[in-house]
Amino acid sequence: MEKRTYNVTAETGIHARPATLLVQTASKYNSDITLEYKGKSVNLKSIMGVMSLGVGQGADVTISAEGADESEAIEGIDQTIKNEGMAE
Amino acid sequence: MASQVTGIAASDGIAQAKAYLLVEPDLSFDKKTVSDVDSEVARLQAAIDTAKEELVNIRSIAAESLGEEEAQVFDAHTMVLSDPDLIDQTNTVIKDQQINAEAALQQTSDMFINMFEAMEDNPYMQERAADIRDVRKRVMSHLLNVKLPTPATIDEEVIIIAEDLTPSDTAQLNKQFVKAFVTNVGGRTSHSAIMARSLEIPAIVGTNNITEMVSEGDFLVVDGMEGDVFIDPSEETKETYKKKAADFEALKQEWERLKDEKSVTKDGKHVELAANIGTPKDLKGVLENGGEAVGLYRTEFLYMDSKELPSEDDQYAAYKAVLEGMDGKPVVVRTMDIGGDKELSYLELPKEMNPFLGYRAIRVSLDQDNIFRTQLRALLRASVHGTLRIMFPMIATLPEFRAAKAILEEEKAKLTADNVEVADDIQVGIMIEIPAAAVLADQFAKEVDFFSIGTNDLIQYTMAADRMNERVSYLYQPYNPSILRLIKNVIDAAHKEGKWAGMCGEMAGDQTAVPLLVGLGLDEFSMSATSVLKTRSLLTHLDTNEMKELSEKALNECTTSEEVVALVEQYTAQ
Repeated sequence: MEKRTYNVTAETGIHARPATLLVQTASKYNSDITLEYKGKSVNLKSIMGVMSLGVGQGADVTISAEGADESEAIEGIDQTIKNEGMAE
Repeated sequence: MASQVTGIAASDGIAQAKAYLLVEPDLSFDKKTVSDVDSEVARLQAAIDTAKEELVNIRSIAAESLGEEEAQVFDAHTMVLSDPDLIDQTNTVIKDQQINAEAALQQTSDMFINMFEAMEDNPYMQERAADIRDVRKRVMSHLLNVKLPTPATIDEEVIIIAEDLTPSDTAQLNKQFVKAFVTNVGGRTSHSAIMARSLEIPAIVGTNNITEMVSEGDFLVVDGMEGDVFIDPSEETKETYKKKAADFEALKQEWERLKDEKSVTKDGKHVELAANIGTPKDLKGVLENGGEAVGLYRTEFLYMDSKELPSEDDQYAAYKAVLEGMDGKPVVVRTMDIGGDKELSYLELPKEMNPFLGYRAIRVSLDQDNIFRTQLRALLRASVHGTLRIMFPMIATLPEFRAAKAILEEEKAKLTADNVEVADDIQVGIMIEIPAAAVLADQFAKEVDFFSIGTNDLIQYTMAADRMNERVSYLYQPYNPSILRLIKNVIDAAHKEGKWAGMCGEMAGDQTAVPLLVGLGLDEFSMSATSVLKTRSLLTHLDTNEMKELSEKALNECTTSEEVVALVEQYTAQ
């Protein structure tokens, strides 16, 4: 399993466009990918799941991937996060 | 039998065709217990797959007929349809409760809809609730084997009759065959109205009962200028409206011809016809309608569309987009007009007895100058991308203007010290909407670069009548000689100091007011983009000297608004 922790810097948190982009990226991979925030974990391929977390600016979140392409998945998601300046 | 229905005229034009009823099919179902849960899960998956295929098809039709941006709503729908949480949870409900797919889908989707709708402070999430409803309807129709009306398949000329039109409905409409919309609900700014204007087909909204009055296939005449629908009209009515349609086409062609022309009066005097905008997206309309400038950029949408104060960079991006989009043509940006009836959840402004007479616009800006400074810095940074003019709203006294200008100069000096480039030809003016400023315009004119008369507020403050209050709306009298005299005072004061005077607000594009304003010597007229060509066409029929005579008579001889209107009609009928 691959894991990475981020601090959300985007003013809007993980909402709207950032959420859509994350889900689109996660959906490209076969691994099970989750987003964890405040002890709650959701499927990162589910737009409704992600948005229901209500992740705001300053939040600490963990993204985990498990499966055959877990390293590629984590890298791909990391790219999206950095490119969009969502978190660091 | 011939009958007539009247609604709100939402998009100009005349159409004659058969009615096509775009009404919701019956998607009701019974909740049933099932024993073979696996085949129920398979049935759900099949319905979802068919719905997805359908969406792909609708999306490509929409992208072609309406453009890529309009088509993107269907990407959101596809995303909902592919959402593992929605699908897995529905499957779980089918298995655990042993109920049919319809009932399970209803239950899970309701849960998500309720969750998103509860996020009241987040309009984005509330829109997602609408997406889920739309998607659920589509899947349900396949589960129930009911046909959703698929307007995409229309292949003859029709007039669409509906309760309301959703984006997903309008995206499926082929402009080649759809001649008009008529709906039960909505106003001039509802989705169907905006869509009709962008498609340039007539539309009437808010008829209350058109879906009950009209049956599929009835022949209709629709007059989008007046808001009238004629059901099974007489031959005579058909002929009358054929002629009216031809006249309208001729007029539209004349307007189209004027798109790239200068705005000049009959005797060759140039005035500037500008457009009012709220967001960078509105620029398209300005350019398509031949606007010569942006006469009013209402920046408060930047604040109202956001959950928090927009950052300097976000504002800079919006201002830059507008300035670049206008390609060097002037852009008058009004600094934020927040307060009054425009509230912001994140800026805790106190509730007031008389918000229109209270803490708003420049009064807030001068009091909470950190917000004001952020906006000014964004504007100053953007100034190098075009011709920027900055306008302060709700100025009542000269000290207010001086204070605002001093803050602007301070921010400019700071930016220059930081080696940030700022244009050196930025005009700084004020909006004239408070009678005190209109009366003292001669003194203001010595210090400002321009005036723009905001008639909506100027009229309500001069008449002491709330324009939203229907009981006193008769006092909203743009042609009242008292208002015209105030306007003349402002224009004359500007000209005496070699400055220019413009007008933003409904009156600037009002076909009765324009002749008077030309006579008074107004330099710039800023209106809705869709009124620009109409006004340019009107100008070509007006002679400056005659209009001067008209306005002098209106100001000095007329005693009431009605007399002024009659006088204008007499002059323009010649």
